[in-house]
Amino acid sequence: MSSVRVLVGTRKGAFILTSDAKREQWEVAGPHFAGWEIYHLKGSPADPNRLYASQWTGWHGQMIQRSGDGGKTWAPVGNKFAYDGVPGTHQWYDGTPRPWEFKRVWHLEPSLTDPDTVYAGVEDAALFRSTDAGQTWQEFPGLRGHGTGSRWQPGAGGMCLHTILLDPTDPQRIFIAISAAGAFRTDDGGATWRPINRGLRSEYIPDPAAEVGHCVHHISMHPSRPRVLFMQKHWDVMRSDDAGDSWHEVSGNLPTDFGFALDVHAHEPDTIYVVPIKSDSEHYPPEGKLRVYRSRTGGNEWQALTQGLPQRDCYVNVLRDAMAVDSLDSCGVYFGTTGGQVYASPDGGDHWAPIVRNLPSVLSVEVQTLP
Amino acid sequence: MIRLILPAHLRTLAGVAGEVEIEVHPPATQRSVLDALEARYPMLRGTIRDHLTGQRRPFVRFFACAEDLSHQSPDAPLPEPVASGAEPLILVGAIAGG
Repeated sequence: MSSVRVLVGTRKGAFILTSDAKREQWEVAGPHFAGWEIYHLKGSPADPNRLYASQWTGWHGQMIQRSGDGGKTWAPVGNKFAYDGVPGTHQWYDGTPRPWEFKRVWHLEPSLTDPDTVYAGVEDAALFRSTDAGQTWQEFPGLRGHGTGSRWQPGAGGMCLHTILLDPTDPQRIFIAISAAGAFRTDDGGATWRPINRGLRSEYIPDPAAEVGHCVHHISMHPSRPRVLFMQKHWDVMRSDDAGDSWHEVSGNLPTDFGFALDVHAHEPDTIYVVPIKSDSEHYPPEGKLRVYRSRTGGNEWQALTQGLPQRDCYVNVLRDAMAVDSLDSCGVYFGTTGGQVYASPDGGDHWAPIVRNLPSVLSVEVQTLP
Repeated sequence: MIRLILPAHLRTLAGVAGEVEIEVHPPATQRSVLDALEARYPMLRGTIRDHLTGQRRPFVRFFACAEDLSHQSPDAPLPEPVASGAEPLILVGAIAGG
């Protein structure tokens, strides 16, 4: 019988939540790496028991952990992230040039086909890859070096590369996103990159339609349709039908188009989910009501999903990597909050229930559907 | 033999409890002690000093014999009681964070 494993990264450790396909009874394991910030953990599609985790503290910096048994045991692997060559400078908050300096790993994306290959999105923004199961890491310098890097500027959370999408139909194509530079694409396996931000408008930068400088919060795609991308920008929910060459807004009737998390239904490529957040300063749901919004039309027409979610006095946030879906017949949708709740819906968002209520603040949620 | 007391997170990472004793070729300095420590516990590389620059991480400090040695040169000899093993070199995680 199929089962589900939910991988939760929090401010104070990692937790692994498991259930059978009914998704009613859950076992909670953890905390792993107690006291460390776990920005992200994710399993290999090619070997679901191979997991990678990004572990960080202000005292001791970055660690990468690897598991070969689905998260029961872990071992530290390589944590040396050295920029290729002379790193150069990007813009600091005040517009002055500032040298690139590695701070932490925000996102780990295992290869679709090789358990030993994993990509890492880091702050200050760069993309690294390991082909030896995390022992050593090499940068793709063509991303920082393609020409606009010196104009990139950090968002409020730092200049992080937070989204990595691997095209399942084309191993040479990778999409990434950086706050606050924008989205970028390679079509040659990471050697060369170009910005893909045409159609984005950000009124908070001097040229609202600039080539770079947009605070992209998250991008998702359905694996069957990798040319269609959905984006939660700082403000605006956006869609591209041409692999990022152009974007158009699909915020439609959302109560606010600010937010962080966004994901796509496992079996319906035009069904997407967002969690609207009131504004870029308040960072909590409008009216204190935690609502996931679902569009079955690829955007523009949105329906509030509220059953089982708190509809009063709720002032949590849902961060960019804290939503995921499973691929069971009835698609499960999951998200974690900064209040430490992880909610699950086993029916595509119609009904929700908390798996856990009192974890540390949730940074990331990933889901594995196991045979 | 140099005696070292590691902060809790690093003891967990290294899989050790209590003090760590390591052999260091004289002279015993911060650098030679950390080189020997990282050779024996490779998972600690990058957690006490930066991989590339070798700089002490800002929230890690080195205490011994009731003195803060954090700002001394990494190549300065450690106090004789540390070099002889009479006193431990204490690596401290700063009181910080939330």
